[in-house]
Amino acid sequence: MREREDEWTDLMRSAISGDDAAYHRLLKAITPVLRAAARRGLARAGQPVDQSEDIVQDILLAVHLKRQTWDTSAPFAPWLFAIARNKLIDALRRRGRRIFVNIDDFAETLPGETPEPTASPGEVTAQLQALPARQREVLQSIAVDSASIKDTAAKFAMTEGAVRVALHRGLASLTAKLRDR
Amino acid sequence: MDTDQLIRTLTADNAYRPRPIGLALMMALLAAAPVSLLIFFAELGVRPDVMTAMHNPFFDLKFAVTLALAASAIAVSLHLTRPEASLRGFGWWLLIPAGILVAAISGEMMMPQRTPMMTRLIGKNSMACMTAIPAMSLPLLVGALYGLRQGAPARPAVAGAVAGLLSAGLAATVYASHCTDDSPLFVATWYTLATAIVASVGALMGKRALRY
Repeated sequence: MREREDEWTDLMRSAISGDDAAYHRLLKAITPVLRAAARRGLARAGQPVDQSEDIVQDILLAVHLKRQTWDTSAPFAPWLFAIARNKLIDALRRRGRRIFVNIDDFAETLPGETPEPTASPGEVTAQLQALPARQREVLQSIAVDSASIKDTAAKFAMTEGAVRVALHRGLASLTAKLRDR
Repeated sequence: MDTDQLIRTLTADNAYRPRPIGLALMMALLAAAPVSLLIFFAELGVRPDVMTAMHNPFFDLKFAVTLALAASAIAVSLHLTRPEASLRGFGWWLLIPAGILVAAISGEMMMPQRTPMMTRLIGKNSMACMTAIPAMSLPLLVGALYGLRQGAPARPAVAGAVAGLLSAGLAATVYASHCTDDSPLFVATWYTLATAIVASVGALMGKRALRY
């Protein structure tokens, strides 16, 4: 467990200094842990666990957009779990349940536990439709068609800089819509 | 969008570097400051005897209290932008201005006074103090909340209240140069009340504005 968390910290440090591959590996590595925790939280609140993927995506977006609040000299896991807990509480509150989130929901995940997503998440997809056209097109091109920034720029006759801006703004407004829904 | 697709999208955005929150907060406060100063110079202005007042240690102490409040609240605000942070171990910073105030009150108590204690406490400017500090704080509070929005506070209302302390500390620093009541008893009563109002407004606004 310690080893796993040290690895996360190293990956996040590399990610912040510009290593995209490390960032991808990190997000892939934390996702099953977040998924297991979200399921446990939902189950404990008496909620159907098939909504867990929406919570996982919510957490991933927050991790991405709030990266600069992580102190690179501190371990990554406590920061991650604080965000995850906040998002889980939010999700349960939105469903009108009394909240009981245990910190151990996150900490006690066994390394071997890697559940697959249960249902296809609907909330991000639904809010995606409400974005301004340009942001939506750029996000869909990169997410669904797995196009690179460069290919996306060529496809829409935009500069790469403009694609990057639209991508970031799209992610930020997607998150704002999820928060304020 | 499934989770793998989302992860791919986030990775594509890895190059994006937001500006540090401390810088964002400072720029937002600098943008809001002219509005507060405009209110100050249009409605109040510096007291006419400011040159003589500067030789009165109790006049100077007002600035020590308000600047200590602003500085400690800025430090605590930045700390609270981290999702895993709480007031624990950091909240005592906010007691520094209170400590200076207590020391100033005891200092004044030990000196011979021409006016009775209650007269000094009630002063002449209590109503001006109670309206000017909140009014001048409001633009700064909006600026502070805007700058702090990049953070991820665990308790948005607490973070908002500290942002309120921060803006009240800055506004009170400017207001202190207008106010002719220099007794620490006056400061402890009316400045504190005005600050509490701003902190409550900050908590209410922060609860919504600082959610992430």
